[in-house]
Amino acid sequence: MYSQGLIGAKTDSDETPEFLAAFQARIDADEKIEPNDPMPAGYRKTLVRQIGQHAHSEVIGMLPEGNWITRAPTLRRKTALLAKVQDEGGHGLYLYSAAETLGVSRRQMTEELLSGRAKYSSIFNYPTPTWADIGAIGWLVDGAAIMNQIPLCRCSYGPYARAMIRVCKEESFHQRQGFEIMMTLCKGTQAQKDMAQDAFNRWWWPSLMMFGPHDSDSTNSDQSMLWKIKRFTNDELRQKFVDATVPQAEYLGLTIPDKDLKWNPDKNDGRGGYGFGALDWDEFWSVVKGNGQMNRDRIRVKKAGWDNGEWVREAALAHAKKRKARAAVQHAAE
Amino acid sequence: MNDQQEIPLWEVFIRPRNGLAHRHCGSLHAADATMALQAARDVYTRRGEGQSIWVVPSMQITASDPTQKGENFEAQEDKIYRHPTFYEVPDEVGHM
Repeated sequence: MYSQGLIGAKTDSDETPEFLAAFQARIDADEKIEPNDPMPAGYRKTLVRQIGQHAHSEVIGMLPEGNWITRAPTLRRKTALLAKVQDEGGHGLYLYSAAETLGVSRRQMTEELLSGRAKYSSIFNYPTPTWADIGAIGWLVDGAAIMNQIPLCRCSYGPYARAMIRVCKEESFHQRQGFEIMMTLCKGTQAQKDMAQDAFNRWWWPSLMMFGPHDSDSTNSDQSMLWKIKRFTNDELRQKFVDATVPQAEYLGLTIPDKDLKWNPDKNDGRGGYGFGALDWDEFWSVVKGNGQMNRDRIRVKKAGWDNGEWVREAALAHAKKRKARAAVQHAAE
Repeated sequence: MNDQQEIPLWEVFIRPRNGLAHRHCGSLHAADATMALQAARDVYTRRGEGQSIWVVPSMQITASDPTQKGENFEAQEDKIYRHPTFYEVPDEVGHM
């Protein structure tokens, strides 16, 4: 994505009203914005933050599931989970590359993640104590992520949209493998059904919170919609997710842990939809601020990976340098 | 690690199957060409997307200057005589 030359480059723009209007006109005409195009500083900043957070979420998301690779119940489940976790690493890379086209370096983003300055989706700060959690994550967390990501395939920033197309293509197996795990458990013994219900109870509400604060409380929403970085509001996507997931839970025979969940024929402009109970935003903000069960553990593991890998990165660079020098000597001798 | 030691960026091009051109599909960081090829294989061909991979150091790509987009490309817009539809061929002559 031709970004190396851009890192640290001067990225200011002259933000006269004419410049901003011309930019908005391009967005309104559904033109894609590409890395070298002039863009308002706010547009760049919003994208760097959003794509960076998204990339961090992919790689942190490898941890709760990676936790179960060695303990997957069958070889079939193990190969599927391994492939899924490998995909998440790949998705992180696509997204880091997209962010790099905006002038931020990979190392800078890694440092921001490890120091806690950059956030990732707080869903990954919940623990995965049972195998049913792996089913619930695939089905609900990946399900919610797909709901969020499909509109991003039409995002106005070209490299982000292209990365999201690849991610969405690969991610549909993730949700299906999760649902299959849940289905197997729900058709199993009472103890297996109980394990599925317990995981569902713990993941349902955090999954709904993945769509972010209510539209009325979401500070970045309006401008992002105007710039076509976002295509739907948080509440619209959350409603879509609930409407799609409730029948799936009913199919599995699971009870939705919400006494206020009720079909409401007036929702969705009269097409009907599910009304649901109030979300616990105190819990959401508390987890965002670092008080979730796994916040410290996630960063500790990530930091250990980065620190322990330093000699490998250094050795690889030293090896490349040595081979280059040797080739130059050989070339001179010929 | 200091700035000089930033692991270089590579652009990845994949040929989906023989008969098609290699196409840009993304980028990655790697210390050398061998590792870049290995990483590209792992990251960009996990589902049989490719028959062949090229990796090119991003620094080696020379790109046209976006501020000269007008001079470079707009000049072609009024040269409609470079397209076949500019020329008239009567219907009775048939396909040409």
